[in-house]
Amino acid sequence: MIKQAKISSSKPSSCNSTLRDGLAAAWPICFGYFPIGMALGVLGQQAGLGPVWIGLMSVLVFAGSAQFIGVAMIDGGVSAATIILTTFVVNFRHVLMSSALAVPLRGTGRLFLLLFAYGVTDESFAVNMTRFRAGGWDRWRALVVHHAANTSWILATVVGATVGTLIPPGAFGIDFALPGMFIALLVMQLHGRAYIFTGLLAALISVIWKLLIPGDSYIVAAALLAATGGYLVRRHLRQQREGQR
Amino acid sequence: MNFPDYLLLMFGMGAVTYLPRLLPLFFLSQRELPRWLVDWLELIPVAILAALLAPALLINPQGSLELSRPELWVAVPTFLFAVKTRSLGGTVFIGMILYWLAQSL
Repeated sequence: MIKQAKISSSKPSSCNSTLRDGLAAAWPICFGYFPIGMALGVLGQQAGLGPVWIGLMSVLVFAGSAQFIGVAMIDGGVSAATIILTTFVVNFRHVLMSSALAVPLRGTGRLFLLLFAYGVTDESFAVNMTRFRAGGWDRWRALVVHHAANTSWILATVVGATVGTLIPPGAFGIDFALPGMFIALLVMQLHGRAYIFTGLLAALISVIWKLLIPGDSYIVAAALLAATGGYLVRRHLRQQREGQR
Repeated sequence: MNFPDYLLLMFGMGAVTYLPRLLPLFFLSQRELPRWLVDWLELIPVAILAALLAPALLINPQGSLELSRPELWVAVPTFLFAVKTRSLGGTVFIGMILYWLAQSL
């Protein structure tokens, strides 16, 4: 169960430790964002968006894959309405993440949520949910993760748009920083048979779905189906256990 | 596109990114959720992580299944390392080193 008692404390224990814990949790994200953000900056520059536009885009949108698609569409001369609609579809998976975050953030003030929601990304979601579950984590530390990740993303995209072409791509295996982080967080999410089953089911469905249907719909589809499948299996196992008593 | 068009586009993209992140949190966090929903939401992180990771490792940029990608072969020892150590930083580090080696071979 996700611990709710710890989160309800309204004030951070100490500003320094909050900042330190948040940054310690955020570093793999910041690290992993650099090559991707720089690559986006380079592409943006090629599409005619200089450092200022790319920076503004990263501030207003802050969504890696949607920004890549947006830049490609701007480059291709696609209409603004189509770009906005595509962005909405690509980012729709965050509805699921935001819903799941509502459990550990229950009862949080709405002003805080306005600030917090801005930084919900695949990466920060995975880090914060793992930490909330492990305990000793609160909304302020989670917020530090969001804004550290956001800052490094904005910086990386602006640097990429400014000097990105000068740096060789793929140096030091840095392209594997985010996949490596996702692997570690996935392992930390495996709390029992129902979780392992859900992960395997999501892997299977997402691969088949993506092979059959191009685009990004595989993420939301596989997550919904696999979580439902895992839930039904867990309920079945629980009922069986209770039936034996 | 000129300046105001770009600005409008960026704000539009920003709005459709922000609202899906805000609205579920905004409404669901203010009430007691039914037990089944909490149970279901607990499985969402592992489901999303697996759904993000598996296609990235198994499907090449051209959109077909490929089992010989360095991403996949680096992911296997990285996964085992994560199971053994449960260390986030160590796993990221090992994964990067292995991927770097795999690419320079």
